Amino acid sequence: MKRRMKMLTSLALAGAMVVSMAACGGSTSSSSSSKSSSSSAASSSSSAAKPAEDTGKVLNIQVWNEEFKSRIENHYKDYQKVSDTEGKIGDVTVKWTITPSDDNAYQNNLDSLLPENENASADDKVDMFLMEADYALKYVNSDYTMKLSDLGITDDDLADQFQYTKDIVTDKDGNIKGSSWQACSAGMIYNRAAAKDVLGTDDPDKVQDAVSDWDKFNEVAKKAKDKGYKITSTVNDTYRVYSNNVSAPWVTDNKVTVDPNIKNWVDDSKALVDAGETTTNELWSDDWSKGFYPDGKVFAYFGPAWLINFSMAAATDGSIANQGGWGFCVGPQSFYWGGTWIAAATGTDNPNLVAQIIKTMTTDKDVLKAIATDDSDCVNSQSVLADLASSDIEQRKPHTNGKDDGGSITWILGGQNPYQQLADGASKLDMSNISIYDQGCNEEFQKAMKNYFDGNASYDDAIKQFNKAIVEKYPDLTTD
Amino acid sequence: MEKTAQAAVKPQKNNKVTAYNKWGYIFLLPFFIIFVIFQLIPLVSTIYNSFFENYRSGLTQIGPNFVGLKNYGALLTGGDFLKYFGNTMIMWILGFVPQIVISLLLAYWFTDPSLRLKGQRFFKTVIYMPNLIMAAAFAMLFFTLFADTGPINSMFMQMGLWSKPYSFMSHVGSVRGMVAFMNCLMWFGNTTILLMAGMMGIDTSLFEAAEVDGATASQIFWKVTLPLLRPILVYVMITSLIGGLQMFDVPQILTNGAGDPMRSSMTLIMWLNKHLYSKNYGMGGALSVILLIVTGVLSFIVFKFSASKEVER
Repeated sequence: MKRRMKMLTSLALAGAMVVSMAACGGSTSSSSSSKSSSSSAASSSSSAAKPAEDTGKVLNIQVWNEEFKSRIENHYKDYQKVSDTEGKIGDVTVKWTITPSDDNAYQNNLDSLLPENENASADDKVDMFLMEADYALKYVNSDYTMKLSDLGITDDDLADQFQYTKDIVTDKDGNIKGSSWQACSAGMIYNRAAAKDVLGTDDPDKVQDAVSDWDKFNEVAKKAKDKGYKITSTVNDTYRVYSNNVSAPWVTDNKVTVDPNIKNWVDDSKALVDAGETTTNELWSDDWSKGFYPDGKVFAYFGPAWLINFSMAAATDGSIANQGGWGFCVGPQSFYWGGTWIAAATGTDNPNLVAQIIKTMTTDKDVLKAIATDDSDCVNSQSVLADLASSDIEQRKPHTNGKDDGGSITWILGGQNPYQQLADGASKLDMSNISIYDQGCNEEFQKAMKNYFDGNASYDDAIKQFNKAIVEKYPDLTTD
Repeated sequence: MEKTAQAAVKPQKNNKVTAYNKWGYIFLLPFFIIFVIFQLIPLVSTIYNSFFENYRSGLTQIGPNFVGLKNYGALLTGGDFLKYFGNTMIMWILGFVPQIVISLLLAYWFTDPSLRLKGQRFFKTVIYMPNLIMAAAFAMLFFTLFADTGPINSMFMQMGLWSKPYSFMSHVGSVRGMVAFMNCLMWFGNTTILLMAGMMGIDTSLFEAAEVDGATASQIFWKVTLPLLRPILVYVMITSLIGGLQMFDVPQILTNGAGDPMRSSMTLIMWLNKHLYSKNYGMGGALSVILLIVTGVLSFIVFKFSASKEVER
């Protein structure tokens, strides 16, 4: 509440136009025309630099999946959908370019586009693109992203966001160059039926006690195996939990080193695989997702809110999620997974529109609250999350809003409200050990270690293969 | 008189020849233009690039710096080249041997008039079908079929033959076997049709003469058909060898680009692809040039070996 007051005062100070906007009431983002949006950007520029006039007729947005597009379609009031890859805001055409992120394809695409962006023709200029935490630093530390302050977005606008989401997009000089609507703190998503069977309880606090560190977790794995459950669907489920709690980045001074906590993942996982308590399947494979159904016999998955909401087959009849059979607790160590940051590309010819979109989608509390309740996203606003944690969230059944609707997160979690845990997790995250090579390193490390887990190589040989793959991907790095 | 008349006619004749020649060159032009743009220039620039250090690291471009033969040295001394070359050849041979046997048999049956096979058109179409599917789609299909919880595993488990799923993707033999099997399945129809064309080109009177002389069916096959088929066989061998050395799509998709387990199914082109990931044109170029030389040498050996008798004669 205090923050909201602060926000309001700062807005009031910013100028008469903004006050009138706030006076419009709850639906700030619905302010009718492009006229008011451009003038609001102009008024907030009194506290930050003034962006140039919008001249572009086409707003190009680079993304790797449908998620942000559907957020815009559902929550950005001025957006009108034209086709699956096109829309309109006012008289500006919005063009979406989707490049899947596998094997760094999305990054490679950006790497070739951004350096040419200033000279690209007006309709081809990238105006806005999304980034993931694994490589955000690469773009943040370059000149190809704009400072938010240059777009007229002030620190006060971002005050309600979680610190870790700002750390990830803060450059060497302390400028914030991106903004996210998600706080992707994650935890352990356990199968309630399995928990009752194995631990005798499905209460989130008691399950949390049983898995509060890795030794206890591995104990539970043994018990789960006796009851016919795999503790996780694959070793890669726990990878991010370990890798988010490292003591040093993957790469320092162009040299790759394996952190002790990642070595712990290797040792723990090898023991689990050898005991038949988990598998070495790839994340997102059919084998991995078998555990979304009761017959898959998987005790727990690790993931954030979006995994629960989007990926666990909640809309499919017969899945555990569809029946509200999952529970949520923090797990052995807190971690985050994913999250999407919006950045403005240097050279954009629509800076005001870009600023308006970033501001609306990542700082407007009404929009964020709508995203949280409609899409079950864990949003990047401390006050909205606190609000949600203390309120009764409707348990919307799957298929309420059509065939593809998986229901609300509270339904999937059997009535549990996870927002308190999610907010606590997000405020604990420490993002000081990220490097620009994280995606490549994480992917290659898991690929190489699969050979060790499968018994096809010794640990040392697997490490050698990892080193080889890293030098192929990043010829300028050295390894042991 | 006669002489002058001849002299008068001659230049006229030459003019006509050159006039026709002109058209010949014009008709050849499209080929040469396309060849130069899409083959010769890339070939030369690949060789040129192979002498430079030239790659991207994220947003920074490194090079191009001239490094001489350093890229070649790095490729050949690491020991990886031989390993991936070995992988490629093993998977090619595993697929090619059954493929040529099946194709020879089928082609022989299809062309043998005494068998009077019915529904030939139908079968010829059916065996060619697998080649129409994209290799990538084919590999995805196999990946799904042979997944731990895929239909093959569940079938064997329900039959009670296996107690727990066999991880096809985690064993060297099964991954290589699957790649070989897929290549065999995809290409045996094509090979059959080529061999059939070769067999139908053989003068039938030779078969009849052999029959009159009392030769058995297998004698006819080994002593008449095969020797006369040699030019086509050599062609099939060489094209298949080149195709095999360039094996990429099936193992790439099947193993998700990793060539696992422990890169035992990584082919040379998959390795090339790894270098191109960082836009490493130097290493990629060097690898391509080595591959060109290897392909040339192997093709020459195959050609020399199989055509030697012809030459002696």
